Amino acid sequence: MIALEKRPTPSRAWSAAAPLLAVALTMVAGAALFAALGTDPLAAIRTIFWDPLFNEQFASYSRPQLLVKAGPLILIAIGLSLGFRAGVWNIGAEGQYIMGAICGAGVALALYPMDAWFVFPTMVLAGALGGWAWAMIPAILKTRFRTNEILVSLLLVYVAEQILASMSLGLMRNPEGGGFPGSRNLQQYPAAANPELVAGTGMHWGVVAGFVAVIAAYILLNRHMLGFQIRLAGQSPRAARFAGVDPNRLVMICLGISGALAGLAGMFEVAGPAGQISIDFNVGYGFTAIIVAFLGRLHPVGILLAGLLMALTYIGGELAQFMLGLPAAAIQAFQGMLLFFLLGLDVLSNFRVRLGRRKVT
Amino acid sequence: MNRRTLLASAALAFGLGMSGTAIAQDKTKVGFVFVGPIGDGGWTYEHNEGRLAVEAHFGDAVETIYQESVPEGADAERVLTQMALSGADLIFTTSFGYMDPTLNVAAKFPNVKFEHATGYKRADNVGTYSARFYEGRAVQGHIAGKLTKSNIVGYIASYPIPEVIRGINAAYIHASKVNPDIQFKVIWAYTWFDPAKEADAATALIEQGADVILQHTDSTAPQAAAEKAGNVYTFGQASDMAEYAPMPRVSSIIDNWAPYYIDRVQAVIDGTWESDDTWDGIGAGMVKIGEITDAVPAEIKAEALALQEAIASGAYHPFTGPLNRQDGTPWLAEGETADDGTLLGMNFYVEGLSGEIPQ
Repeated sequence: MIALEKRPTPSRAWSAAAPLLAVALTMVAGAALFAALGTDPLAAIRTIFWDPLFNEQFASYSRPQLLVKAGPLILIAIGLSLGFRAGVWNIGAEGQYIMGAICGAGVALALYPMDAWFVFPTMVLAGALGGWAWAMIPAILKTRFRTNEILVSLLLVYVAEQILASMSLGLMRNPEGGGFPGSRNLQQYPAAANPELVAGTGMHWGVVAGFVAVIAAYILLNRHMLGFQIRLAGQSPRAARFAGVDPNRLVMICLGISGALAGLAGMFEVAGPAGQISIDFNVGYGFTAIIVAFLGRLHPVGILLAGLLMALTYIGGELAQFMLGLPAAAIQAFQGMLLFFLLGLDVLSNFRVRLGRRKVT
Repeated sequence: MNRRTLLASAALAFGLGMSGTAIAQDKTKVGFVFVGPIGDGGWTYEHNEGRLAVEAHFGDAVETIYQESVPEGADAERVLTQMALSGADLIFTTSFGYMDPTLNVAAKFPNVKFEHATGYKRADNVGTYSARFYEGRAVQGHIAGKLTKSNIVGYIASYPIPEVIRGINAAYIHASKVNPDIQFKVIWAYTWFDPAKEADAATALIEQGADVILQHTDSTAPQAAAEKAGNVYTFGQASDMAEYAPMPRVSSIIDNWAPYYIDRVQAVIDGTWESDDTWDGIGAGMVKIGEITDAVPAEIKAEALALQEAIASGAYHPFTGPLNRQDGTPWLAEGETADDGTLLGMNFYVEGLSGEIPQ
């Protein structure tokens, strides 16, 4: 008989070990999956985790790409983690990411072809504002009308996708694009472009912003009154109310920050790696960032590492697909296992496993 | 083992190793980037069939690699770069959205050849190719116009780009020619492949009275929805989708990329590859019409085959005047045929179609 017994307080050791164990278990289960598909499991694991970093044929290119892929994940996940800690569940970062990109690109396209220093900074502001404003919708609805922010923010993703499609087909369509959907390519508009800061490093302003966000979040959570309130509200809402924390204010702040950061991520992406507003601009960073936030234990440094790890599985997964002929679905299943095992192991930090006959109480 | 044999075997091993790499380099490596999964049963499936045909044709002389479900945008650029880095000699990028990524990566790898499907930007090492699907749409339109009893034809469109608009126009022109009362209802799905969305679109169209469904999306979900509804006709898209024959699927447009792919790989092997633009139709065999089933009366089938034959031989162009634009302004005069430039950038409906192209 196996019984689960609730721990009085969550185990710190298990909480720290869970992500590492989850990665290890994912490797084992993934290897079994790849073997069942007829691929050499060791080669597959090596291609996913080793080749992007150290294979001499690819590494010089894929190492910088790691930052390009991880940048938006980290930036969004940092914002989400603040809310998640306080018990404010913003599931719609994908929508805020889209709106940030639309607002940022909108500024650039409106000013095109002006060549001035203030174009890019204005885009950054517009991107953050766009994401913030989109997140304010669930925030205000929650504080005023007690709606559920999970549902509202999630459903607003689909609204944002429709606006994105409409923008790429109408208002923002490239007038020199031969009738095809999609805006001008901002990579070819120097005043608005967000290129690599140092060639061959993958470092662009979005990655810089991601690192800054990690540091800022760390300081906020450990040294600032607001950080204390956020943590308190998550651990014990009742205690937080007695301590004078205004829950409505916290909802506005948490959704606002996560929206603004997601908007920034979208803006840096559209001006940099993606280059243009197009119907398929969003590729799920907003949703993947939720995995990253939890994989990183909602801790800024953890999120930094989790973002890099997630980016690694993406890039390594792509390599594994065409080098070893693994189907795309197998890679997605592999990434899904990571969250699955993590959540499964989280049970162990909150519960103790007891073997043997259950005592009658 | 004495010292001499040791040396000899070492030299032998070294020699073998060298020849091994030499053989590996002799192999021409061909990459394919797909927008959907290879099991989509439509667009990507047919491109993958082309890839398999290349493998079968060249055997050991060619190695193919592929990646499926690659998002159009920043991710595509990375996938292409990694393929080029892995030593690919020729890379086919098989969706419109890969246009800019293909050009960006091609600029970085001048020795790698790229072939981009359905785009319009070329470079010294980037060629483009597409098929005149609208020729097949004309045949579909003819059959649809004859078969419908409700006079409502449903059309599941993907994205409002010229290729899709061309297909709607070609189908409508030939449907209204044989059935002046016909009405087209178009739903824009904004996807190339999403079985759930496509099924929803098909169901919505059927509920609005459509008894013929045409699709420009790649999955077989609309076929399944039509089968469930009963008495609704459909056409296979990109692939034959013969598993739904004889009903609801009564015919299909099949993309036949294999001859083109084999041809281009051969050119790379021979060193004669040059960037160009290929746009072939029924005549050249790039577009095929799938078997017209017995659910279509023999007389209609004969007319459809005659139309197909006339297009193949070049005797008839699906866009032949008199044709007006939707707003009534004249486009083609009596007997005049559309030029490729207008067709490639087509962003208007022809007269008679209702609704608007999303802006």
